[in-house]
Amino acid sequence: MAYIFQQALNALQLGSIYALIALGYTMVYGILTMINFAHGDLFMVGAFFCFLIAVYLKLSFVPTLLLSMLGVACLGVVIERFAYKPLRSAPRVSAIITALGVGLFLENFTLALSPYPKHIPQLLENITWTIGSLSISSLQIIVIALSLVLMFILDFIVHHTKAGMAMRAISWDKTIVPLMGVSVNKIISLTFAIGTGLGGAAGVMYGLAYPVIDPYMGIMVGWKAFICAVVGGIGNVRGAMIGGFILGAVEIMVAAFFPSTYRDVVAFTLLLILLIVRPYGILGKPQPQKV
Amino acid sequence: MSSIKTTYHALLAKWHTLTGHKLFWPVFMAAGLVFCIAVDTFDFVDLYLQLILIYVGINIILTVSLNLINGYMGEFSVGHAGFMAVGAYVASLLTVHVCPAGAQNLFFPLAILTGGIGAALVGFLVAIPSFKTRGDYLAIVTLAFCMIVKSILENIDAVGGPRGLLGMEKLTTLPWVFFWTALSVWVIRNLVYSNFGRGVLSIREDEIASDLMSVNTRQVKIIAFIVSSFFAGIAGGLFAHALQFINPRMFDILKSTDILIMVYLGGIGSISGSIIGAVIYTILLEVLRPMGIWRMVLMPLMLVLLMIYRPRGIMGMKEARMFTPLRDLVTEKLWRQKKKEATDATP
Repeated sequence: MAYIFQQALNALQLGSIYALIALGYTMVYGILTMINFAHGDLFMVGAFFCFLIAVYLKLSFVPTLLLSMLGVACLGVVIERFAYKPLRSAPRVSAIITALGVGLFLENFTLALSPYPKHIPQLLENITWTIGSLSISSLQIIVIALSLVLMFILDFIVHHTKAGMAMRAISWDKTIVPLMGVSVNKIISLTFAIGTGLGGAAGVMYGLAYPVIDPYMGIMVGWKAFICAVVGGIGNVRGAMIGGFILGAVEIMVAAFFPSTYRDVVAFTLLLILLIVRPYGILGKPQPQKV
Repeated sequence: MSSIKTTYHALLAKWHTLTGHKLFWPVFMAAGLVFCIAVDTFDFVDLYLQLILIYVGINIILTVSLNLINGYMGEFSVGHAGFMAVGAYVASLLTVHVCPAGAQNLFFPLAILTGGIGAALVGFLVAIPSFKTRGDYLAIVTLAFCMIVKSILENIDAVGGPRGLLGMEKLTTLPWVFFWTALSVWVIRNLVYSNFGRGVLSIREDEIASDLMSVNTRQVKIIAFIVSSFFAGIAGGLFAHALQFINPRMFDILKSTDILIMVYLGGIGSISGSIIGAVIYTILLEVLRPMGIWRMVLMPLMLVLLMIYRPRGIMGMKEARMFTPLRDLVTEKLWRQKKKEATDATP
């Protein structure tokens, strides 16, 4: 029983990181119907910012987290402005391929600057509490709590503020919204800033939980987060959160009960079955096709 | 400036008359084959250059076959490396374990063919979810499939697990690569311009409408996936026997990304575009090799710039004349004539 509870805690930790990244995918998709494949690499950049700030500026945890989020958000806005904005009227796949190109660029640029894996210093004192045979580390609690807080803030922004209303309106109908006096460019920039900022926060937390970082760490995590976003129903903010926790739970539970090398096989097979049963994700709605 | 333009047009017209000639394709193919055999037997070209040519051929097969699904059928498949892995492993296992030691050269085409058939069977399985799932959701299905293939291969100890498989002899020679490349281009080009190909195109434009027009969309999808994965498997087999070593990590999502970039660099929905894309991408990566890791920084940057200034890729839905059937050329000419007459008639 304690074992299962322990694994559930691990699943929550991994799931919250996936969910934070998946949010970035789903927000950008909701507004631009474009898959930002560079998002996983922005997550990696977040971890590297965390490393740079913690090692060279020697700041404590909270400023490191905020500065990394800010840095990644700025990078996200710049990428949107220079790489994606010229392609808004182009075919969808061109934007997707551009995003793949941006992702490769970020990976290889980081690799060229830092060819060896880096080790993030311990920013937080890690206390482990033991209750019976169950051990809970303060780091796990912080990661889970912080991502839940960030998700609640995001949910509040999307559903209860004017900017959030504008975001939802743009994803509803892109041609009418500018007529209502909403600046579409500003809202898109804001969406990118929030989405990539969350990815940066996920990078910092991932770096704290698994401290060795390398330039290719974003690929696998990014694709998995994309899967989370799709499983939840892409374009749906709450769906992305659910998808993240589902994938985290599946991965950890498979590794807990099977040999850990079977983790990907079982996890992806389950996802395939889910997509065959519900082709539009858990919270997604099938779009009526017009002929 | 205008003189350059006139020379260009004159040269283009000459090129078109050359490629339009009845004997162009047979002569071109025979010359290519003779050249490849000569290179292989007399070794007058650097081995390194030969390897690059082999990679160019393999990449052309991969790009053209992915273009059938992503370009002509309008789906977004990101799991092409998975089919390649199946083909590579099946073919290598056959040549390493099954085939008699003396008859490797005779056995090789059979092994490659079996690898292609194995990949085609897997492609058939992937085609089934594509009936209901579409767009980004189908992208996930293919992505998950690619990852499943990779992790299954890592878990089977008989094929070496994560260490990979070795012991293949260097059986991939330039003539064989030329043969398979020519075959794949020929088959896919003819398929696209056949009755069946019209069905594929109609699925890209509108699936429901094509269903109404009595296109059997399920059958078309299955055949398109099977053909595409068959050639990906063949490319995988050739790749394995050119490198003489494979491991599951070679066929991960990065390889799929490479193929995608080649397809969209050349332009979707165009055979000539795929060939150009594969050739440019492969050769550019080799030419820039002295730059070390920075070439991997430069290449994506160039891709992004190309996409911004030419969002449809180099050829972008256009087909070179040499690949367009005469029938279509004549139709287009008549259509232009009619349009011109109509505009002339109305003052």
